[in-house]
Amino acid sequence: MKKRNSLLRSIAAAPHVFWAVLFIVLPLIIVVYYAFTDADGGFTLENIAALPEYAPIFLLSLELSVIATFICLLVGYPLAYFIAKAKPERQKLFIMLLMLPMWTNLLIRTYSIMAIFDDGGFLNTLLGTSIHIIGTKGAVIFGMVYDFLPYMVLPIYTCVSKIDKHMWEAASDLGCRPVQVMTKVILPLSMSGIISGVTMVLVPSISTFYISQKLGGGTFELIGDTIERQFVTNALNSGAAISLVMMVLILISLSIMNKFSDSEEGGIIV
Amino acid sequence: MKYFSKIYIFLILGILYIPIVTLILFSFNESSSTALFTGFSFKWYYELFRSPETFEALRNTLILAASSAIIATVIGTAAAEGIYKMRNKLAKTAITSVTNIPMMNPDIVTGMSMMLFFVAVAAILGISYENIGFTAMLISHVTFCLPYVILSVLPRINELGDSLSEAALDLGCTPIQAFFKVKLPNIMPGVLSGMVMAFTMSLDDFVISYFVGSSDFQTLPLLIYSMTKKQVKPDMYALSTLIIVTIFVLLIITNVKSGRKSAHSGMGGKKK
Repeated sequence: MKKRNSLLRSIAAAPHVFWAVLFIVLPLIIVVYYAFTDADGGFTLENIAALPEYAPIFLLSLELSVIATFICLLVGYPLAYFIAKAKPERQKLFIMLLMLPMWTNLLIRTYSIMAIFDDGGFLNTLLGTSIHIIGTKGAVIFGMVYDFLPYMVLPIYTCVSKIDKHMWEAASDLGCRPVQVMTKVILPLSMSGIISGVTMVLVPSISTFYISQKLGGGTFELIGDTIERQFVTNALNSGAAISLVMMVLILISLSIMNKFSDSEEGGIIV
Repeated sequence: MKYFSKIYIFLILGILYIPIVTLILFSFNESSSTALFTGFSFKWYYELFRSPETFEALRNTLILAASSAIIATVIGTAAAEGIYKMRNKLAKTAITSVTNIPMMNPDIVTGMSMMLFFVAVAAILGISYENIGFTAMLISHVTFCLPYVILSVLPRINELGDSLSEAALDLGCTPIQAFFKVKLPNIMPGVLSGMVMAFTMSLDDFVISYFVGSSDFQTLPLLIYSMTKKQVKPDMYALSTLIIVTIFVLLIITNVKSGRKSAHSGMGGKKK
């Protein structure tokens, strides 16, 4: 029985391999193809050469999404930590409450923020003021934080709740002050959760176009908006070039982060 | 400290719910204002139920989510079994890395690549893009659901190990019988949670559908998007409220059913 060759053993993966090559790899190759051709299909470097034009937009997206990710981490880490320290049945309730907004469509969530902060919106009507919020960087960052906060909290929570309870005792028995327990033991042990949370917030934030459309009030163009505009105006070749660069940048930074988190984990296990 | 942590949890969760509560509140507003509450009414719900567009979108969304969840679960479960049995480490890494691409890539890039792919396919086949609208959408949804199914099934298969299936083989099962009669029932929780994940991912997807979809196959998120493009009336709020309530009920049911199983098992799936 066991002598069947390895190809036959894993035959069950064949449909998936077929699917992945056809619908994951091939589309990416087509993106590359579009990025290097013009509308008539002739080879050109124009789309790539035009990319520096978009550098300011890309930097703005990077700035806003990094700030949003940082705020998510600052707000989300304590939240995840406190939830992990709560009573088990409470934990379940809190996690469920955290997941409900996450399962609500992003469009709905973003739109409801807009309705609150709008010039003639709920907040201004309630306070009788006319504070102009929509269209500021702050509004877009708030939207990103609000929409993606649960993605930061959940992985960190999973990670912190798996840390052995005796770690705290051991650390303080060995003379750590509470702050030191946190910085020297708990924080390093939850690193993999932090990294996966940061990825899960940063990637959708940097590529969003709906949040900037609604909360940026038409004054912001992020890289996601640029791609979406190329799509709507059918400028597919230049849209493909921007997508390609974005994908390469993101996949490179993700693999660096994953390496970092893996070595961290490995170090801990050893 | 104890109080501080409680206050903190309630504060952040509270902020998280303010927009949703406001939205639900204004779905019952009598006037079309989304800022000033003038009186309670079900008028927007009536309006919503009178529009055939809503029902069509709902039907489309459910058909799409159910079929992509089923296809992704079948292919994904088989893939997890195959990947588990794979001896060649390089091939294993290559397959899992490729599988994870749609999960790591921003949705907008996946959407763009899928759209370009189907534009090319339509051009090669010499048919118009509208004709492959549903197929394109279904294939895209299966593609981004697959990693979630595999991620939820593979750990179960790893955990189960080989001994049970080997016993079945020794007792005279064919490999296929051994899989269906012994292995599958044992990994069923993982298969089901993968299927639920796939279903909800598909239900919730806007970005990829927006890029891939054609005008004749409208899903709920696409409908919501087109509603928010125009002047928004509270009928969008009513629709959102219904969706939120449905999700809330589903979440409670699955949580009660899954009992002690942790509620977040499907999440944090980005790692391994």
